[in-house]
Amino acid sequence: MSQPAGATTPVVSLRGLRKEFPGVGGGARVVAVDGVDLDIAEGEFVTLLGPSGSGKTTVLRMIAGFETPSGGQVLLRGADVTRTAPFERDVNTVFQDYALFPHMTVLQNVEYGLRVKKVPRVQRRERALEALAGVRLEGMEKRAPGQLSGGQRQRVALARALVNRPSVLLLDEPLGALDLKLREQMQVELKQIQREVGITFVFVTHDQEEALTMSDRIVVFNRGRVDQVGSPAEIYEHPRTTFVAGFVGTSNLLHAKASEALLGEAGLFSVRPEKIRLLADGEDPVTGETVAPAVVEEVVYAGATTRIVARLDAGDSLVVQRQNQRTSSLDTEGLRGARVRLAWSREHASRLPDDDG
Amino acid sequence: MTLSARARLLLRLATFGGLAVIYVPLLVVLVNSFNPSKTFGWPPSGFTTQWWSRAASNPGAREALLTSVEIALAATALALVLGSMAAFAVARYRWFGRETVSFLVVLPIALPGIVTGIALNSAFSAGGVALGFLTVVVGHATFCIVVVYNNVLARLRRTGTTLEEASADLGASTLQTFLHVTFPQLRGALLAGGLLAFALSFDEIVVTQFTISAGLQTLPIWIFANLFRPNQAPVVNVVAAALVVASVIPVYLANRLSEGNGGGRL
Repeated sequence: MSQPAGATTPVVSLRGLRKEFPGVGGGARVVAVDGVDLDIAEGEFVTLLGPSGSGKTTVLRMIAGFETPSGGQVLLRGADVTRTAPFERDVNTVFQDYALFPHMTVLQNVEYGLRVKKVPRVQRRERALEALAGVRLEGMEKRAPGQLSGGQRQRVALARALVNRPSVLLLDEPLGALDLKLREQMQVELKQIQREVGITFVFVTHDQEEALTMSDRIVVFNRGRVDQVGSPAEIYEHPRTTFVAGFVGTSNLLHAKASEALLGEAGLFSVRPEKIRLLADGEDPVTGETVAPAVVEEVVYAGATTRIVARLDAGDSLVVQRQNQRTSSLDTEGLRGARVRLAWSREHASRLPDDDG
Repeated sequence: MTLSARARLLLRLATFGGLAVIYVPLLVVLVNSFNPSKTFGWPPSGFTTQWWSRAASNPGAREALLTSVEIALAATALALVLGSMAAFAVARYRWFGRETVSFLVVLPIALPGIVTGIALNSAFSAGGVALGFLTVVVGHATFCIVVVYNNVLARLRRTGTTLEEASADLGASTLQTFLHVTFPQLRGALLAGGLLAFALSFDEIVVTQFTISAGLQTLPIWIFANLFRPNQAPVVNVVAAALVVASVIPVYLANRLSEGNGGGRL
């Protein structure tokens, strides 16, 4: 509380955040969030990524104030809001199912936050219309939410939250209900809107691709804990746990036996499929490349790429992803069962802790 | 499922037969209220409105009607308050004994009226409460609460808490959220539950018998008392016909309201 608010104070700080829920039918208490520490800076787009039940949504709900932490603190711009009611926090949420008020028009929905804060009518009308224009929904003011498409409802929910100019916008799997095309389009738009308004976004998703495309930083959740925090590239290229390696991208693991034989270091390593190439007959590896003789078990043609599953002589199977730049399905047909040599740069094999997960 | 033409015909006949058993007698009551013959000779020998005007000027019937409306309104009001409070507690909070209370609230609608009636009667006399207007209201409220409770509970379960969370998230205080979001969502359910409660109370007779004082008469009790007096028969018939019409309207409205998607349109 005594901390001065300045440019260096994070917008959101979580300190040892913990949440337990009572077990169903008198069962043991369930620990949903187990000691989360996180600082989110002004204007950042941070994604909380994890499978369902990993605690990411509970963390978001604790930032919003819908859940009271069992332990730890939530700070907004340095002020402790752990026990503050949702309506007294300077954050707004875009809900998974949008939660638009069905008995109000689009305009009334967007005006709601200003109305309950007693902003004068003329001013709130102006700001609401501006917010609707910001999400490209001009002319829809009089509609009822029930008359809108999923994508349009999504935008109303966004405008309704942004019109209040919160310090932080929380988004709880907001694109989950949209079909693939619309989702990709909204990903780009969301990112654009975030850049325009300059508000900190905390985005929850279980979709790793969405997280990689949109975020400045990704926080990977695993069973109530944070496994890794980093930029999309860091998370993808250098996963720090087996869980991250498997959840983000394809898990390609080398265990102790294979790694000792190939890398000269016994341990658990992850190699991304697109980092591995197939050496042509008689082709020499580049300096610093690891070479692994293998037998092709499976070939899957997927249009832009071909995925090849190869069993290494040293043990373990690796997936190789190859761009179909010149190849076509015809070239890959004869590959099954063939002896090949896989090669990857040594730096692309990331060491993982042995004893985890 | 595909049915043979024969089976379809039989099912149709059975449906119409069943509905006829219920509605033809009601129709006869309506027609007879305009029948000049005092003994309801069939077919009606003509058309008259004299029974209706006689019923309208019958002091006993008018007083009974007024009493019934007053009791039904009071019981409905009581049921709306208590029923929705119970529904809120069950739908929105987890507490010890929740399931039991939920069961106990609904039970009175399944209990035979005579059991409720006897129980209330002996409880009132044991407690030294004089029977009268209020005791009937309490008796009716026992089952009126159920329909309000059920309607409100279903609506609360369907709408969930997200809208209320969204409202709080946008800065609305608890009271503002209730006024602007929760109540508008419930309006349809409250109206539907209230109308049903009113209809239930209005034509109730068994519980009423056990909880009413000697000097007071509700409309159904008045009908019952006058049914076997030959002179009064045409007037009773008119009152019954009026009751049919009066009961159909709230039930029809309640039905339409519960079907509507969300309270949004109301």
